[in-house]
Amino acid sequence: MSLVLSPEERAIAAGRDGAGMAMRIVAESARLLGAPRLIPIASTHIDGALYHGDSGTLFAEKLVEGGAKVAVRSTLNVGALDLMGCSHIRLEEPQRGMARRMMEAYRKLGCEQSWTCAPYQAGHRPALGSDVAWGESNAVVFCNSVLGARTNRYGDFLDIACAITARAPDYGLHRTENRRARLIFDVSRLSPSFLASEIAWPVLGSLYGREVGNAIAVVTGVTDHPGEDALKAFGAAAASSGAVGLFHIAGVTPEAPDVEAILAGPEPEAVIRVTPAMVATARAGLSTAAATKTIDAVAIGSPHLSHAEFDNLERLIAGRWLAVPIYACTGRHALALLEQDGQRKRLEASGVVIVADTCVVVTPIMPDLAGGVLMTNSGKFAHYAPGNTGYAVLYASLADCVESAVLGKPVFTDIAA
Amino acid sequence: MSARAEILVPGKAGEGDALVLTAPISFWGGVDPRTGRIADVRHPQHGEVIAGRVLFLPGTIGSSSASAVLMELVHNGRAPAALVLHEPDAILLLGLIVAREMGWETPMAVRLERGAFDNYRGAAVTVASDGAVSAAV
Repeated sequence: MSLVLSPEERAIAAGRDGAGMAMRIVAESARLLGAPRLIPIASTHIDGALYHGDSGTLFAEKLVEGGAKVAVRSTLNVGALDLMGCSHIRLEEPQRGMARRMMEAYRKLGCEQSWTCAPYQAGHRPALGSDVAWGESNAVVFCNSVLGARTNRYGDFLDIACAITARAPDYGLHRTENRRARLIFDVSRLSPSFLASEIAWPVLGSLYGREVGNAIAVVTGVTDHPGEDALKAFGAAAASSGAVGLFHIAGVTPEAPDVEAILAGPEPEAVIRVTPAMVATARAGLSTAAATKTIDAVAIGSPHLSHAEFDNLERLIAGRWLAVPIYACTGRHALALLEQDGQRKRLEASGVVIVADTCVVVTPIMPDLAGGVLMTNSGKFAHYAPGNTGYAVLYASLADCVESAVLGKPVFTDIAA
Repeated sequence: MSARAEILVPGKAGEGDALVLTAPISFWGGVDPRTGRIADVRHPQHGEVIAGRVLFLPGTIGSSSASAVLMELVHNGRAPAALVLHEPDAILLLGLIVAREMGWETPMAVRLERGAFDNYRGAAVTVASDGAVSAAV
C-alpha cells in the first residue's frame, strides 16, 4: 500500500518555503513507515528543541527563514538552558549560544514556551480519541494512556514538521486496532499497602517496560485510582526501560473500563503475574550504587514536578536545612504557582535547587564528581542518570530522599511488596 | 559480487570499505556524532568508525534522536559512504531526508536482505546510483 497525498498536500509539498519542506518531511516519513495517507492532527508536543548539535539549530532556523509557522497548538519539551534563571547551567560556548538560538527559533515558529516534559500538567490535554503528534517518551505514553488521545513517538524534525503541516502519517497507535491489549500484567498478588505507596508506581513501571516492551498490556488488580502523579511516574519509568507507547489499567485509564473491553481477543496472549520477588528485583535494579555511607545530591522531577508534588516536598522538608542539595526539576507552569505564596523562597532557603525549563540529565547542571552518588525517587532519572551524569544512583521514596538529603547519607524505609 | 538493492533514500553514490555490524545499534548514545566512532561499549563493533564506510545495518534500536545523530554526522562530514539496511528505519533515515532538505550532500540508503551482508565483509564496496551494491574482489 503506497502513500497517496491529497491535491492540497501535493501542492504544499511542491513549495520552496518552510511549509513545503515540512510537508515533504512528513510525506517521506509516511512513505518509509508504509502509511497509506496523512491524517489531520489537533496538537503537537515538540521534543526537537533540545540541543544535540549545530545541525538541529540550522534546521529550525531554515524553517523560520522559510516563513513556517505551526498550524496547531504546539507545546515545547525541555531545552538545554534554564531560561528562568533558577539554576546555573554549565553548558559552555559555543554550544550555549547554539542552544539558545535553537530555543529562539522554535519560539519564532509559534510554539508555546512551555519548556516542560509534563505538558499534560501545564494545561495541554488533548481530547479522548483525538489524533495528535507528540514527542518525549513520557509525554507520549501519558497522552495515549491517561488522556486517551492518539500519538506515536514523534522524534526530532518530524514533530515540528507535523506541527507546521497539521498532518501526521496514518499508522501505529493512531489506528484503533493497534491500541488493544494483547497481554495482561496482573498486580493482584501485591499487598494493598505496597500498591498505595509512592514507590509502587515507578518500580512497577520499570518492571512493566522490561516485561512488556513495545507490546500493549492491560494492568489488572488495581482497585483504587492511584492518582495522576502516580500514573505519570509509572509511564515515565515504563518508557525508560522499554519502548512503551501505551498502557491500560483496567478500571482506571479511559480506554479500559474493564479487561474484556480492551483485550484484542477473547483471551490474552500471555499473563504476567507480578510477584513480590519480581518487584524486589525491579526495585533493586533501579539502583546502581554499591553500599555507600554518603550521598552527594538528590534529584527529583522526571517527569517535571507538579505543584502537588512540591507541596509534598515542602511538607517532608518541614523547614529543615539540607546537608546535600535536592535538585527539583519543573516547568514554568508549576514555578508560577510556587512564586505566588513564597513557596519557592522557603524551599530555596532549605537548600533546594529549583531547575526550570530543563533537567539534570539532559544538560550539565550538577557538578562533575568522580564517584558521585545521586538519590532519586524517579524511575526515569534512575535509568538515565548513570549514563548522562556519571553519578551512580540510589532509588528511594520521596520521604527517604528528603531524610537522606537532610542527613547527607542514605536512609531507606522498608516497604514490602 | 553484486546485488541490486531497493533505494530507500536517494543520495550520492558511495564507495568505501564495508563495515558489517553484527548486532543492532542505537545511533543515539551508540555513535559519537562528532567522530562517527561506535561509542556503545556493549556493541561488538565498539571502537570502529562508520565515517566513509559502507555501513551494513542488521537492525537499529529506535531512539527517537537517531535521526538527529545521523544528520549531525552528515553536517560534520563523518557520515557513512552509504547505508545498507535490512529493513527501513523511518526514524534513522529521517536524518538523511532532513539533511537533503538542508541542501547538504547525503549518502544513499538502500535495502538488502541481511543474509547477503556476509558477502561484503572485508571488501571494498560500491553503491551505485541505481542501487547496485558491488564488492571489488
